[in-house]
Amino acid sequence: MNFTNFGKYILLLKAVFRRPEKTKIYVKAIFQQMDFIGVGSLGLISIISTFIGAVMTLQIAFQLVSDFIPKTIIGSVNRDSSILELSPTITAIVLAGKIGSAISSEIGTMRVTEQIDALEIMGINAPGYLILPKIIAGITMVPILVIISMVLSIGGGYLGGTLSGAVSAAEYVQGITTDFNPYTIVVALTKAFVFGFIITSVPAYEGFYVKGGALEVAQASTKAVVVSCISILACDYIVTQLLL
Amino acid sequence: MIEIKDIYKSFGDNEVLKGISGKFEAGVTNLIIGGSGSGKTTLLKCMIGLHQPEQGSVLYDDREFTHLNFEQRIEIRKEIGMLFQGSALFDSMTVEENVMFPLNMFTDQVRSEKLDRVNFCLDRVNLEGKNKLFPAELSGGMKKRVGIARAIAMNPKYLFCDEPNSGLDPKTSIVIDELIKELTEEYNTTTIVVTHDMNSVMGIGDYIIFLHEGKKFWEGSNKEIAKTDIEELNDFVFASRFMKAAKGKF
Repeated sequence: MNFTNFGKYILLLKAVFRRPEKTKIYVKAIFQQMDFIGVGSLGLISIISTFIGAVMTLQIAFQLVSDFIPKTIIGSVNRDSSILELSPTITAIVLAGKIGSAISSEIGTMRVTEQIDALEIMGINAPGYLILPKIIAGITMVPILVIISMVLSIGGGYLGGTLSGAVSAAEYVQGITTDFNPYTIVVALTKAFVFGFIITSVPAYEGFYVKGGALEVAQASTKAVVVSCISILACDYIVTQLLL
Repeated sequence: MIEIKDIYKSFGDNEVLKGISGKFEAGVTNLIIGGSGSGKTTLLKCMIGLHQPEQGSVLYDDREFTHLNFEQRIEIRKEIGMLFQGSALFDSMTVEENVMFPLNMFTDQVRSEKLDRVNFCLDRVNLEGKNKLFPAELSGGMKKRVGIARAIAMNPKYLFCDEPNSGLDPKTSIVIDELIKELTEEYNTTTIVVTHDMNSVMGIGDYIIFLHEGKKFWEGSNKEIAKTDIEELNDFVFASRFMKAAKGKF
């Protein structure tokens, strides 16, 4: 995003957080979006997290081939990597593709078919009505998905490690329970919160200002995913630097 | 009544509206006509606040609209009904939910009251029993009628229609035109229709503004338009050979 776009993005957010016309309708929309973002993505996130955990364990075991390094390290490295980086970032990037493109194309289609104009003519705050429920659902459901992803990633590591014989069950369990620092969860959830905001607000912005037709909606959708992914990685770095 | 005063609007270097003024009375069907690119849709969008004119003002019953902020405009917008060119129905909602939407947002009525109002509006546009259909299941004419039903759900004082006949066959177009005229007279709304459909011009044009190259070129009624000698207007209204031949018979 260049500075003009960033300015428009901030102004859009200002409109998003105006007082809702009718709280009851917004609450209903928030639950619908939570179902779409959270429950709708659970299967995909579960599969990806389990496999990433399993692969991570095998790769750590492959790299740590020394008699001086205890195998319990495999569990603890996998735990910290999953909690601090892989679960929040991979979950966010997968969701940016799945949710981001859906949000952008939904709002973009509403723009080109004059549905957003119709809302504005009725006196409804279109950015608030369309985007606020998505942002609230994003910042609540992405942290929940990240927690699920952490658990499944560590569980996937257990399965991958023990099934392949790279690490014994006892060593892995000892590894994941030794020297656990709960602050890593705080860092991960802070990242998840920020990523949840980006995944919903950036595609909503791209969709909201679409001009043209089907081609432009598709281009906005692609751009939304690209910008979201870059923003996620940049914010990942910033949050990590600030909190660790 | 809606009054527009000296409206100017440009997009970059392209000056689309060049000082347009006019008065649109309640209870009559007001038409804005003109060729493609003449600025009629831009004028409509300036009037309803989707475009901000560089100069000029729009007054709704003497209430200045153009320079109000979003919150201040809401009160006037609650009195506006709008039929869009492509109907602009919400795809994910049924016909009933579409018509009920403004009632949900702006009234505290219980569901049975809202449902009564929805059924009344759907009956009024001859769509009784179509409540549970989705927009994708409707024909073009039915979508327009649902658009009208949604527009009148809140009993608007002002009704705007952007090319209500586009994409419709001549018979359905006449049905939509007559419906707009009936509703205008029944509820004494200030109705403004943007069109380039000649059946509409001749059929329902109580007061017509003709735009040409961003300027108001002519104003009058459908009876007067048939007798005009203005070349640009004649070229527009009687563009086809058939209409030219028919001109003398109006």
